[in-house]
Amino acid sequence: MDIPYTVAIRPDTGLYNAKVGIWLFLASEVMLFGALFSAYILLRVGAQDDFWPHGWLNIPLGTLNTLVLITSSITTVLAWASCKMNQFGRFKVFHACTLILAATFVGIKSYEYHDKFTHYEITLNDGRIADGHLLESKPDRVVIRGRFVADRKDLFDLRAPTASHKHEEITLPRADIKRMESYGPWHHTYLAIYFTLTGLHALHVIGGAIVIGFLWGPGSRLWRRDPERFTNRVEISGLFWHFVDMVWIFLFPVLYLI
Amino acid sequence: METKTATASRALSMASMEGVETELQSPQATEQALMNAQAPESFARHVRGYLYVFYALIFGTLITVGASYIPFGNREINIAVALFIAISKASLVACYFMHLISERKLIYGILGFTAFFFLGLMFLTIGSFADFPRHTVTH
Repeated sequence: MDIPYTVAIRPDTGLYNAKVGIWLFLASEVMLFGALFSAYILLRVGAQDDFWPHGWLNIPLGTLNTLVLITSSITTVLAWASCKMNQFGRFKVFHACTLILAATFVGIKSYEYHDKFTHYEITLNDGRIADGHLLESKPDRVVIRGRFVADRKDLFDLRAPTASHKHEEITLPRADIKRMESYGPWHHTYLAIYFTLTGLHALHVIGGAIVIGFLWGPGSRLWRRDPERFTNRVEISGLFWHFVDMVWIFLFPVLYLI
Repeated sequence: METKTATASRALSMASMEGVETELQSPQATEQALMNAQAPESFARHVRGYLYVFYALIFGTLITVGASYIPFGNREINIAVALFIAISKASLVACYFMHLISERKLIYGILGFTAFFFLGLMFLTIGSFADFPRHTVTH
C-alpha cells in the first residue's frame, strides 16, 4: 500500500501531507530557537553595561557566511524550480552549489570556533591581564600574540573608538601566570549563548545538507520513477533550508553586530 | 510515468504560486492550472522574482553591516535598526522562497499559533524584570 497524499492534494487541507508535516516541524523549531533567543535577551539585559562583549566576533567572516547562506537559499529555490520546469540537469547543478555552500559555511564557522578556542585571557600574579592568541605552550612558558590591558573592562568593547588593536608577541613565564582561560563557552555568558545558538544552528545546517545530499545523490533515482514526489521532497527539504537561513539572518546581527 | 492526479497537483501548486485562486473541486481551475503548468515561461518569471529577492537580501546584509558602524546616538537605536533590517530580510525569505505569500489557510493557521506563542516567549523576558527574587543584588 502506498503512503497517501505524497503527491495528490488532500481534500480537507488543500496540501500534500509532507507540507503540513514540515510546517508543523518548523513551528516547533521556531519555539526551540525562540527559547534560546529569549535566553540571550535575558543574559544581555542582566549583564553589567561595561561587561557585555562588543566586537568579539569577526565581522567580515560573519558577513561572508551570511552571504554564503543567502546564496545557498537561492540555489535551493532554483533547484526546486528546475524540477518544476522538468530540468533535472539544472537541479543537479543548483543543489551541487547548495552543498558546496553548506560546506563552506560550516568550514568558516569551524575556523571561527578554532579562533575562539585558541584565544586566551591570562591573569598574571601582578594583576596585569594579557589577552591574545596562543602561539606556543611549553612547560615553563606561554607565548601569545596579543596585548596587555590594565583594566579587564578594556577587553569587552573592541569596536569602541578608543579600543586598542595593537598586537605583539608576548612571552609569559608559567610561574607568573595566576589564571589562564580560553574563550570557550565557559569564559563568559555571551560566549555560552553564542556557542549554543551557533552550534545548534550549525547542526541544522549539517542535517539539512545531509538531506539535500541524499536527494542530490542516491535519492535522485526517484526522479525517474515519480518526478512529482521527488519534486515535493525537494520542496520540503528546501523549506527547512530556508528556515535555517532565516535563523542565521537574526543570529548574525544579534551576535556579531549589536 | 506521471499520473493524471500528479500532473494536476503540480499544476495546482504552480497556479497557487502565481496567485491564481484555485478551488480544489473546480474542474475549470484544474484545467487552468494544467495550462499554466505547460507554460515554462511563466515559471521563468518566478525565477526572475527569486533573483530580485536574492539581490535584496544581499543588499540588506550589506546595509546591516554598514548601519552597525554608524553611531545613531545610543545603542538602542542601532539595535532597532539591525532588527528592523533582519525582520525585513526574514520576511522576504518567508514570503517568496518559502511561498508564504500564496499559501493555504491551514499553513497560515499553524503559523498564527506559532507567532502567538513565540511572542509570548519574548514577552516573558519583559515580565522577568518585575520578578526579582528577594535579596537580589542589583548593580
